[in-house]
Amino acid sequence: MRTEQDMARMLRGNPRRRRREAIVRTLFFLAAALSIVVSVAIVLSVVIDAVEFLSAIDLNQLWADGWFPRRGRFSIPTIFVGSLMITLVALVVALPLGLGAAIYLSEYARPGVRRALKPTLEILAGVPSVVLGFFALSFITPNIMQAIWQDTQVFNYGAAGIAVGILIIPLIASVAEDAMRAVPQSLREASYGLGAKRWHTSLRVIFPAALSGIVAAVILGFARALGETMVVAIAAGASGGALLNVDITQGGTTMTAAMASLAIGSDQVAGDSSAFQSLFFVGLLLFLMTLGLNVLSERLVRRFRQKY
Amino acid sequence: MAITTEPRELTPELVRRSLQGRRLSWVDVLIQILLLVALVSSLLILAVLLIDVIRTAWPVFAARGLSFITTPLSPDPTQSGILQGIMGSLALTGIVIVVAFPLGVGAAIYLEEYAKDSVLSRLLVANIRNLAGVPSIVYGLLGLAVFVQAMAGVTNGRTVIAGGLTLAVLVIPIMIITTQEALRAVPQALREASFGVGATKWETIRHHVLPVAMPAVLTGSVLTIARAFGEAAPLLLAGALVTNFFQVSAGASFVDLITVEPYTALPVVIFNWSRQPQPDFQALTAAGILVLLVLLLIINAVAIILRDRYARRS
Repeated sequence: MRTEQDMARMLRGNPRRRRREAIVRTLFFLAAALSIVVSVAIVLSVVIDAVEFLSAIDLNQLWADGWFPRRGRFSIPTIFVGSLMITLVALVVALPLGLGAAIYLSEYARPGVRRALKPTLEILAGVPSVVLGFFALSFITPNIMQAIWQDTQVFNYGAAGIAVGILIIPLIASVAEDAMRAVPQSLREASYGLGAKRWHTSLRVIFPAALSGIVAAVILGFARALGETMVVAIAAGASGGALLNVDITQGGTTMTAAMASLAIGSDQVAGDSSAFQSLFFVGLLLFLMTLGLNVLSERLVRRFRQKY
Repeated sequence: MAITTEPRELTPELVRRSLQGRRLSWVDVLIQILLLVALVSSLLILAVLLIDVIRTAWPVFAARGLSFITTPLSPDPTQSGILQGIMGSLALTGIVIVVAFPLGVGAAIYLEEYAKDSVLSRLLVANIRNLAGVPSIVYGLLGLAVFVQAMAGVTNGRTVIAGGLTLAVLVIPIMIITTQEALRAVPQALREASFGVGATKWETIRHHVLPVAMPAVLTGSVLTIARAFGEAAPLLLAGALVTNFFQVSAGASFVDLITVEPYTALPVVIFNWSRQPQPDFQALTAAGILVLLVLLLIINAVAIILRDRYARRS
């Protein structure tokens, strides 16, 4: 007769099969846990050199006249304002185009039109940023910037900002469209039931209802524009350094472009000069800013999901 | 209004039509046109971009034909080809596939199929979302500090291995997120049926979940790899040669090319050319971009073919 222990052993199954299950599960867990290692590695690799940089320089150098790392002038306001200029121009381009596309896709497009036009946004999202950088330099500067402001320099914030704007259109459009499609149908039906016109329903009912998701889309676009490197490094100029500049027809540098130009010299410059270490300090600032923006947008999306 | 015998689904469009008729106000038409223009403008931008690139690149291909692809880099714009850029990018992509695909898919399987709703799994998910939003140049700093400097014994410093690992780490979070979505779309009933006939979790995943999710997993993965293919910023830091690009040797053996030789990549070469002041380099840059775009097109076509093949089989 089988004892209870025998029964338990049978139910537990073949020991080899069980061992295989445990091994597979552990392997998958390790793959997932690797992401924590990566995060820690990013923070450590940036923070260690950033702290060394800060302790090596006089803190007044962070408010010096312009960003000239080889001359010990590490003006943080200069590169921060530069980044802000690029993101502002980018948002001026990407907000109307991205949100307009999102509203059309979510509220107006018939399924056929949607299937035909949505892939263009996806293709646009797949264009590498070096390509848009070249486009900014070879097309946007002569045909748009210099056509409007004749004394625009070859390297300028405006063209770089427009190209970064093109780069973030698909991101803003797809996140905003998801938010608007998540608004319950009953709101649209109620709006039409009250006799509202179509534009009134989409712009005054659905758009505000999806607002927190749309704001999240804009914040994500902002963060992406802040971190964009190649377009700015190619089209905004100032590889050696720059003074603070708020004129979109002139060139300048940004946090990312400053990092890129330090990186280009990195195979020649000795690895331990403070000019090179400033790279890690700027990287830390950029990391913290984009992290804050991403967390913020994540919160907004979650609040939006709870509402509906 | 007559009562129809067949019940029709009540859509907002029907409600609107029965209340307002087919008539549209001019405000409605105007706003609809404006919104459509916003959507179509991205198509227009793509077209202008392509025309600009092709027109600028034309002299290079007209003068040299396809030998541009097989000629090594040179500081002389009239002589320079793009061979090492293509080889470097292909080698980098190989490493990205080998490293990022298993790790990304594995992590996604853990999060979707195994993890319970615990503090740890929520931490992992939040962490991966945040990693996906970190700018690519910050991954370059990671690559420089970890793969080029700390792990120099393994990677030999500034080699394809260091660059490839950097790009792999960059795309793993995106790979995880797209694979998670693909796994989530597999109906729960399939898993329950498999458990019901006595299969274990791994047997269920391997024989039932993965085959169904595979078309979406592959498309997502290939698109993610295409993203790595076009990245330049992290490679500037992770050791790709930029300024003295013409020193990248053309005749080295394949193993040397990956493990010891200095390297460069297609987007990095394009970046370097785009910064050169001589006008000859402008055509060269556009020609390089055209090669990059054609290769990306091929990668995307592979994604579509893989998806179709898997979709037909299951």
